[in-house]
Amino acid sequence: MSGDKRIVIGLAGNPNAGKTSLFNKLTGLRAHVGNYPGVTVEQKWGELSHRGRTIKVVDLPGTYSLNSYSLDERVARDFLINERPDLAVNVIDTTNLERNLYLTLQFLELGLPVVLAMNMMDLSSARGISINMAQLEAGLGVKAVPIVATSGKGLEALLDKALETADEPDRAWRPLKISYGPDIDEAIEVIEEQVKNSTLPARKMPARWLAVKCLEGDPAVGELFAGEASQAAVLAEGTRKRLAARLRLAADDELAGLMTDRRYGFLAGLCRAAITRTRQDVREISDAIDKILLNRLLAPVFFLAVVYGLYEFTFWASGPVVGWLESFFEFLGETAGNNMRDGLLKDLVLEGLIGGVGGVLGFAPLIAFMFIGISILEDSGYMARAAFILDRVFRAFGLHGNSVTALIVGGGIAGGCAIPGVMATRTLRDPKERIATILVAPFMTCGAKLPVFMMIANAFFSENAPAVMMGLTVFGWAAALVSAKILRIFVLPGQPAPFVLELPPYRRPTFSGVLLHAWERTWSYVKKAGAVIVGVTVVIWLMMTFPKLPEEQKAFFEGRIEASAALIENARNSEGLPPGLIEALEKEKAAIGREESSAGLRWSLAGKIGQALEPLSRLIGFDWRANIALVGGFAAKEVVLSTLGTAYAIDAGAAAEGEGLDGEETLRQRLGERLASDAAWSPLAAVSLMVFVLIYAPCFVTIVVIYREIGLKWAVFSLIGSTVYAYLICLALYQGGGIFV
Amino acid sequence: MSIISMRKMAARQSGTIARVKGGGEVGLRIREMGLTPGAAIVIVGRAPLNDPVHIKLYGHSLTLRNNEADHIMVEVAAAPSGAEGAE
Repeated sequence: MSGDKRIVIGLAGNPNAGKTSLFNKLTGLRAHVGNYPGVTVEQKWGELSHRGRTIKVVDLPGTYSLNSYSLDERVARDFLINERPDLAVNVIDTTNLERNLYLTLQFLELGLPVVLAMNMMDLSSARGISINMAQLEAGLGVKAVPIVATSGKGLEALLDKALETADEPDRAWRPLKISYGPDIDEAIEVIEEQVKNSTLPARKMPARWLAVKCLEGDPAVGELFAGEASQAAVLAEGTRKRLAARLRLAADDELAGLMTDRRYGFLAGLCRAAITRTRQDVREISDAIDKILLNRLLAPVFFLAVVYGLYEFTFWASGPVVGWLESFFEFLGETAGNNMRDGLLKDLVLEGLIGGVGGVLGFAPLIAFMFIGISILEDSGYMARAAFILDRVFRAFGLHGNSVTALIVGGGIAGGCAIPGVMATRTLRDPKERIATILVAPFMTCGAKLPVFMMIANAFFSENAPAVMMGLTVFGWAAALVSAKILRIFVLPGQPAPFVLELPPYRRPTFSGVLLHAWERTWSYVKKAGAVIVGVTVVIWLMMTFPKLPEEQKAFFEGRIEASAALIENARNSEGLPPGLIEALEKEKAAIGREESSAGLRWSLAGKIGQALEPLSRLIGFDWRANIALVGGFAAKEVVLSTLGTAYAIDAGAAAEGEGLDGEETLRQRLGERLASDAAWSPLAAVSLMVFVLIYAPCFVTIVVIYREIGLKWAVFSLIGSTVYAYLICLALYQGGGIFV
Repeated sequence: MSIISMRKMAARQSGTIARVKGGGEVGLRIREMGLTPGAAIVIVGRAPLNDPVHIKLYGHSLTLRNNEADHIMVEVAAAPSGAEGAE
């Protein structure tokens, strides 16, 4: 009796069949997220208890089939074969039985025990679809339980059936035999015999399934046969080739296609018997919305409005939270500042830890609300429509309609963030299209680059600053698309992935679904960033702090500060001095302090790197100060601004309060004035700097996320490649522009 | 009755899939989504740049690119009146 054994369920189904809702209803907030072994496909699992038994539910990727063409399908298949869950719970959208049952057939041909969760029964009965469950169960040899995943209806019965199936004494996998017609059936039997005579059955895969997949020309099974040196495997492959050639000659038919057609034929017969349609299946509301939103003339207008709305929502909702976080880190800084002794440790905590970590975490609310916005768009069904509207454009550049989310979120209109952008590429099924999208998403004008652009644009192009900002956003798009094309030609060549894409009916997103979805993604970001954030901020702080100024220079500045302090002291004790003199002296003293910081930065490792790079950076218009700032910008792009401020000894402090500006605005204004009046900075150099900031290495958190999504190789490629690429663009721009200006 | 490729079909035109040409991944993906002989389809419309095409199959919306629609031969009631659906 296996009465107390833990049960493992693989939860499977088509995309949009309600698998996520069911998973959330079953496991609640107790879900764990990890990766499938060896790949970056996300695996979610959770545990629940039913009738005193522990049930582990593993969420399989949403797929239409179980071929080995796409990574998701291979992962699902490998999990079922290698991990051998007790059963698969197959979520079925009952409004679309024919297509949903196609995946079911794939499980049944593999032989694994299946329980059908017949989802959306409320919708299907509202549409006049009546399903004879007994007939369906008999036709497929499985159990089917009607449920409504969103409301939780029928889940008890579903779990009962799952337990019952898992506890059946005979646990052998028994593949369902579908008839493919005499020719193919005969070949299947021949290959099945040959497989049985080889060592392939040792791999836990049923012989009949291997024979079916061999005939379909499945790449992974093909490799398995090729790797199998035995006579039997060679014979099996030969049988397939002969049959395929004969069919092509006789009927101009593809073997694999024919087999799919036969499966659909089988399902059509089954559905005819099991489904009664009491009235015409219409989807009035969804179709009416599509008539407007997908109208050929209006679609782009609605699309732009939706994108604009996404940004408005994100900033409107996250604004206060970002403010609270900023105040919190300010408070933390003040507390530490007041309670710690002056010295390196204090500097490290204040500037390195609180400043750096605060700067990066400060973006978390923005990212969280961006994710909420995306989840609403995805769950409502609009994102699939956006992919449909824009696919033609993206395809021209070697991308896919589904790349649209990543690029919009990355900063399609100024102010996004590359991190959620990179994470939003998971809907791209083709690995090459996905990698190309990930590599170019950081070229958009993200929120952290904006303050830098605003400073430079205002300083050098005062009246035309808005046009310059707009130009940078457009340039970001152009750079992303053109670079994607270059990548797809030279680095990631390959055929475009098929686009056969479902437009799910519009649905009102559920509050809990959206929140859970957004929370998972935000938490995943915080975890990914959190693991490295402290280390990298400290390293960058160390680079900008050490080595310290040599003693004689330090003594020189200290002497001047002491002298200045003595002057102030004197002035305080004397009478009859002109008003404002003390303030002026105080200012001078502060200026000496800033000069010391600037000299210190120049002397530091980062400063030395900046100076060493000057011969190169001169060619694109930057001096060593800009170079240091760009090194600092790797921590987070907005750091470029504050580092430039230090390098130019800009006073962004107290004096600005009277003008009603905050620290950043003051810094931006004064730094801008300083640069604009500097003979070394021309408008051309300013443009070059903005373009460089736009394109060069993504910030380290993005790099970490890229590493987690597609591996170390591409993270390094993005880091170095983007920087070299930015340099080349700026070189052409600055040197080319120099000829005309 | 005539058989034309799905690319040539006009908006709102309906028909029954006669056959799907071609193998490989694209041929398989098309069929796996239910675009197999005997299935009834309606062209709903096309994207702003005339590609991809939006169809209804078993009452559900599907989209596919014109070069994928080329693989699908559809039996339609009559030849389309104009070149409305073609590129």
